[in-house]
Amino acid sequence: MSEPIITFNKVNKWYGNNFHVLRDIDLTVTKGERIVVCGPSGSGKSTMIRCINRLEEHQQGNLIVDGVELTDDVKAIDDVRKKVGMVFQQFNLFPHLTVLENLTLSPMWVGKMPKKEAEEKAMVQLERVRIANQANKYPLQLSGGQQQRVAIARALCLKPKIMLFDEPTSALDPEMIKEVLDVMIEMAGQGITMICVTHEMGFAKAVADRVIFMDQGQIVEQNTPHEFFNNPQNERSRDFLSKILGH
Amino acid sequence: MSASTFQPIEARPAPVKTDGLVAWIRINLFADWKTTLGTLLIGAALLAILPRFLNWALFHAVWVPHFEACHAEGAGACWGVIAEKFRIIIFGRFPFEEQWRPLLATLLLCSLLIVSCMRMAWKPVLGLAWILVLGSFFLLMGGGVAGLSKVETDRWGGLPLTLLLSSLSMAMAFPLALLIALGRRSKLPAIKTFCTIYVELIRGVPLISVLFMASFMFPLLMPQGFNIDVLVRVLAGITLFAAAYMAEVIRGGLQAVPKGQIEAAATLGLSYWQTQRKIVLPQALSMVVPGIMNNFISTFKDTSLVTIVSLYELTGSMSLALNSDADWRPYKIEGYLFIALIYFGFCFSMSRYSLWIEKQVNKSKLR
Repeated sequence: MSEPIITFNKVNKWYGNNFHVLRDIDLTVTKGERIVVCGPSGSGKSTMIRCINRLEEHQQGNLIVDGVELTDDVKAIDDVRKKVGMVFQQFNLFPHLTVLENLTLSPMWVGKMPKKEAEEKAMVQLERVRIANQANKYPLQLSGGQQQRVAIARALCLKPKIMLFDEPTSALDPEMIKEVLDVMIEMAGQGITMICVTHEMGFAKAVADRVIFMDQGQIVEQNTPHEFFNNPQNERSRDFLSKILGH
Repeated sequence: MSASTFQPIEARPAPVKTDGLVAWIRINLFADWKTTLGTLLIGAALLAILPRFLNWALFHAVWVPHFEACHAEGAGACWGVIAEKFRIIIFGRFPFEEQWRPLLATLLLCSLLIVSCMRMAWKPVLGLAWILVLGSFFLLMGGGVAGLSKVETDRWGGLPLTLLLSSLSMAMAFPLALLIALGRRSKLPAIKTFCTIYVELIRGVPLISVLFMASFMFPLLMPQGFNIDVLVRVLAGITLFAAAYMAEVIRGGLQAVPKGQIEAAATLGLSYWQTQRKIVLPQALSMVVPGIMNNFISTFKDTSLVTIVSLYELTGSMSLALNSDADWRPYKIEGYLFIALIYFGFCFSMSRYSLWIEKQVNKSKLR
């Protein structure tokens, strides 16, 4: 279990010329590890995980994902994106395609899979997130929680080694959060490497192997959930925890 | 209970009628003092104008192409002029005995356009149909083979020319506009600059000057003996002109597609072209259907400007037909009303079709 799958090595990133959004990020994620990233808004959490599939590019340092170093090389980027699935805060389903078409799009066009096979595999994933009966609806006809589960199923269709979650429950009504978290918890039990930006501390306690706390573009503290929640070392993480757990 | 205690209630008035002609008039024309006033004013205006118009257009109109009857005192519209001249109006200067050729060509092209509008025809074979129909159109009109006498393009005219110019320039302008719209959003500076300059340059000049350039300037700049048919040059001019405007309409749609859509496509491994084709363009185009139809309709009407470079399309051949004959020259109003009706028929169908398309592409937004 100790084989590294993602390695950040002194990664730095600026927005424009002077906004230093990631500062000397050093992070090694091992295969199958489940990591929760938290921290105040604007601390660079999303930017960091978006570097992993190069939705954002870093300017300094090395970032290696499953043996491939991310550079300007388009082939390397394509290679990495095939192994990394991502779920967004705003779902980003394709509104003009049905749920099923959302899922089969990439297997058919990128993976060159025949339509029938792609649809069968997509239905398996939809079963997994318990939404198979909505396969022929359009995304906007579903609730937020259902849409996010479809988005998870869509990412899973690519059989990714790594799943990135960028605040997957932040745009949902409280009562829909649970249905999404349940699906994620189920996934966590299946050995896929997960990195999840979230403020759902219950989820962190339940599944995370490690919690990473970021502030002002730096990783301030990382620890097991038990240690992090009960015995935070850094003053800023203590402050953050008191705010989000305080009520 | 004895019978004497029975007290019938007072009869109530019948409820106000809410259907039927009288009710419709009351609700829509005389609902309150404002609508009543409006109804009276418009009614008065119609009463003042309509009888005179109807007298002119119908009751005192002359329906036969009889010159003296039209000139008689108190005669109204002279619709006979259309019966007399319609073949020149519709087919322009095309040799009179050969006019079955443009008729057949027009019917072919019209059927192609109608079929292209139908959903069930949207298959790759439609492209083949376009090539075949356009090929036979040029053969029929141009002749020179299979026993058909040769007819130079400067004698083509009337409705077939209008339809050819507009349908072909729209069909070519649309894909060109797509590429230019995508190019203006490209990350590559050379492509972006080129597309921006193209749009700004073309939008900065009127269509008439583009047509002048295509028709008169272009041959001057070409080496001796090298010549491209004027029809092709004009067609290229209209296409380039329409594409610049359409590109901006499409670019508006492209900008309305959220960035998250492109990011999601990227994480799914789709290439640039796959993303544009499968994700961005379907959403962008469905948002700009009304704008694109605007372009189509204005391109259709703009083809009337080719008269100034001596191609006599529908409007041009109308004035040609009447100007060349001193007897009928005074009856241009009738002629213009006639071709206005033709233009209206085409433009109105296009706008109704656009509504249908909007309904089709917005199915996914219904709940």
